[in-house]
Amino acid sequence: MDIIITGLFLGGTYALIAMGLNLQYGVARIMNLANGEMLVVGAFTAFALYSGAAVSPFLTIFIVAPVAYLLNWLIYRIMLRPLVTRAKSRGMLEQDAILTTFGLSFVMVGLMIWVFGGDYFSYSYLARPVVLFGDNYGLNRLSAFIGAVILCTALYIWLNHSRAGMAIRAVAVSPKSARLVGIDVPKLSARAFALGGAVTAVGGAVISTFLTLDASTGVLFTMKALIIVIMGGVGDVRGTIVAALVLGVGETLVASLIDPGLTLATAYALFILILLFRPQGLFGRKSA
Amino acid sequence: MRRKDWQTLGFAALLLLVAALLPLTGDGYLISLGVSIAMYTVLATSWALFSGPTHYISLATAAFFGVGSYVTGSWIEIIPYWALLPIAAVAGGVLAALVGLATLRLSGVYFVIFSLGLAEMIRQVVTWYQNQTGHKGTYVLTDMTDSGIYWQLLGLAGLVYLAGWAIGRSRLGFALRIIGEDEDVARHVGINTALSKVALFVVSGAVAAVVGAIIAPRYVYIEPAIAFAPMLSFQVVIMALLGGTGRLWGPLVGVVPFTLLWEVISASFPNQTTLLLGLSFLVIVYLLPGGFVGLYDRLRARRALRGVPA
Amino acid sequence: MRTATNVISLRGATKQFGGLVAVDNMDFDVTEHEVKGLIGPNGSGKSTTLNLISGALTPSDGEIVLRGTPITGLPAKDIARLGVSRTFQLVRLLPSMTVLENVMAGAVFGHRRRWGRAAEQHAMAILEKVGMARQARAHFSQLTYIDTKRVELARALAGEPEVLLLDEWLAGLNPTELQAGIELIHALRDEGRTIILVEHVMDAIRSLCDSCVVMSSGKKIAEGTPEEVLSDPDVVRAYLGDEDA
Repeated sequence: MDIIITGLFLGGTYALIAMGLNLQYGVARIMNLANGEMLVVGAFTAFALYSGAAVSPFLTIFIVAPVAYLLNWLIYRIMLRPLVTRAKSRGMLEQDAILTTFGLSFVMVGLMIWVFGGDYFSYSYLARPVVLFGDNYGLNRLSAFIGAVILCTALYIWLNHSRAGMAIRAVAVSPKSARLVGIDVPKLSARAFALGGAVTAVGGAVISTFLTLDASTGVLFTMKALIIVIMGGVGDVRGTIVAALVLGVGETLVASLIDPGLTLATAYALFILILLFRPQGLFGRKSA
Repeated sequence: MRRKDWQTLGFAALLLLVAALLPLTGDGYLISLGVSIAMYTVLATSWALFSGPTHYISLATAAFFGVGSYVTGSWIEIIPYWALLPIAAVAGGVLAALVGLATLRLSGVYFVIFSLGLAEMIRQVVTWYQNQTGHKGTYVLTDMTDSGIYWQLLGLAGLVYLAGWAIGRSRLGFALRIIGEDEDVARHVGINTALSKVALFVVSGAVAAVVGAIIAPRYVYIEPAIAFAPMLSFQVVIMALLGGTGRLWGPLVGVVPFTLLWEVISASFPNQTTLLLGLSFLVIVYLLPGGFVGLYDRLRARRALRGVPA
Repeated sequence: MRTATNVISLRGATKQFGGLVAVDNMDFDVTEHEVKGLIGPNGSGKSTTLNLISGALTPSDGEIVLRGTPITGLPAKDIARLGVSRTFQLVRLLPSMTVLENVMAGAVFGHRRRWGRAAEQHAMAILEKVGMARQARAHFSQLTYIDTKRVELARALAGEPEVLLLDEWLAGLNPTELQAGIELIHALRDEGRTIILVEHVMDAIRSLCDSCVVMSSGKKIAEGTPEEVLSDPDVVRAYLGDEDA
């Protein structure tokens, strides 16, 4: 029971990170392999502000979000948009985007190692136990989960009920038709990319309250987020959340029952199962 | 046409022969550099055999390489060394076939993600297994010298070039080029796209595993973190793309300068290697699309354009 | 015509996308040497029907038979090998290959497979037929629009298919090109090829098709010679809308 709850807590935060990636891939059609580094940047900021000025990570979010938004918007406009324009086919764009975002991810890791050093870092925030159903849990894990739930819900409502959210979903379904009904696709793609980056960075700030990270852990989160997005289905918010929870619980189960060193192997095992049996995602409709 | 083919073959054989003379210099540093260049040449060229025409970026080189070194590492005491190389080839090939069958039916992104984590996943499993059985790494004690390793890698390079040359002239090579251009068209002209992709991925996986098996004695002691170091995958991708995957000799043109440059970089800026690796990715995408081969083709096309009166 | 053998038969072929039925219970036969037109308003399911035959899409229901062999739901590569080849609504050439290589793709991997000199000679012969032999070494970017269409047609012909599917092959041509295009397909017809064409150009339909299937909202609403179906009140209504009929 306590394993399941710990897993759900972890999965909640994963959901937030994967939502960010899903916005970027589903709407802007860029497979952003530097996504995990954006998470680490968010985490580093929370760490620096907390240990330097005792600012609560949950306040840091309000700084991280706009900064990450702007940063990602610039990345899209300056680096990725030209690739979209020059690409002759979807495959070429995919290849270029993968190489570029990989390059970007290495550059970010390199810069962070330069600035912060390569050490693990962590801080203790709300590291008090709370009792739920007779078991002890870290208050930081609980608060991170609640934070993630609030953000996911807000994002879900915004996507489904606001005008801008509707436009974003339209682009996700079909950029061609979206253009026909008067949506400025390039502008919206840039915004969705920026928003996705901001969501991921916020996820990083939240996750830093209970996980120990170093400058090069980003790629692990990128992989997990990618696996979640594919499991849940590209552009599917509900699927993303379920897949994130499944992954969180699965990882925690394996980590506590078999070996903590096997978390990525677990993620991959789930990934293989999905690829073999439901390549269209958990809730995806079977298409031709 | 036939005659030109023989000329190319002869020229390539001559180059290989000249390269084989390097250990005679007796300079340990040169030989060790030669080993690096030969190793990356084999890896990058076999990588490009698959990823060049299909545009599927494989980041699994480290996984195959690691499997190969573990084949040597685990069985060197029991099985004669020369039998280990084919075993490594089979192990790498089987792994590539499994990965290919699971992911190559689907979009390119799935494949990239899968290949990206494959080395890390196997590393975790091997580490776990070793923890269970209670040892951390394996000693690979042989009397193999650097020169011996170098000659083996050169021989393998010759085989890879020969295979690449044959594939380029075969139906399989033609099919792969069509797949890389437009997979839908490929299917509609009757190409078995999944099988063609898996077939070449198996070749490149098997070669990388053999390289790992050949290199293993050089490490003396292998443990998962060394054998499955993810950096290798990225370096191979960069070198191949820097040279250009459009031609068989392309990766070689990328490997030589990059290996030398990397020697300097890792000696002078050991803390900035990641940053510089990232920057080289960006340079290739924005400044050198198609690599040196692309540049060469563009220059040649321009010259040809100028040469012909309008 | 009655006694001729069926090359392609559709029985109850249906394609659903979620709640939308794009092709609803299609039945028709195409006999040997027949040119069959598939016409109807935009969005009536013509191209989807073609996609079901070529294997680009999998039917949700029904059966498609090629010379007695069921091909329902087979992957496109198998259907192509069994003898169905096609052109695409938006021309799809292999951009970095030469014209000759594009056509060889069809000759090497199609229904009748060739390799080496034989494939090259065959591809050249087909290029000759569509009037593109002189540009065999040219690249995609150097071709005019109709020439890209010719190359794509040559690629489809190069595998010597049992049946050729043309998806709006004449669309987007200017009047002179259109004339040349119609003549080219006429020549194929005179060779006795079996063709299914989706087309909007009425002149082409009248002069090329032995018979037509008219579709509206995914259903077959008429079948017969071009003259018969084009004077059918249901067809007129489908094209012009209820109020105007």
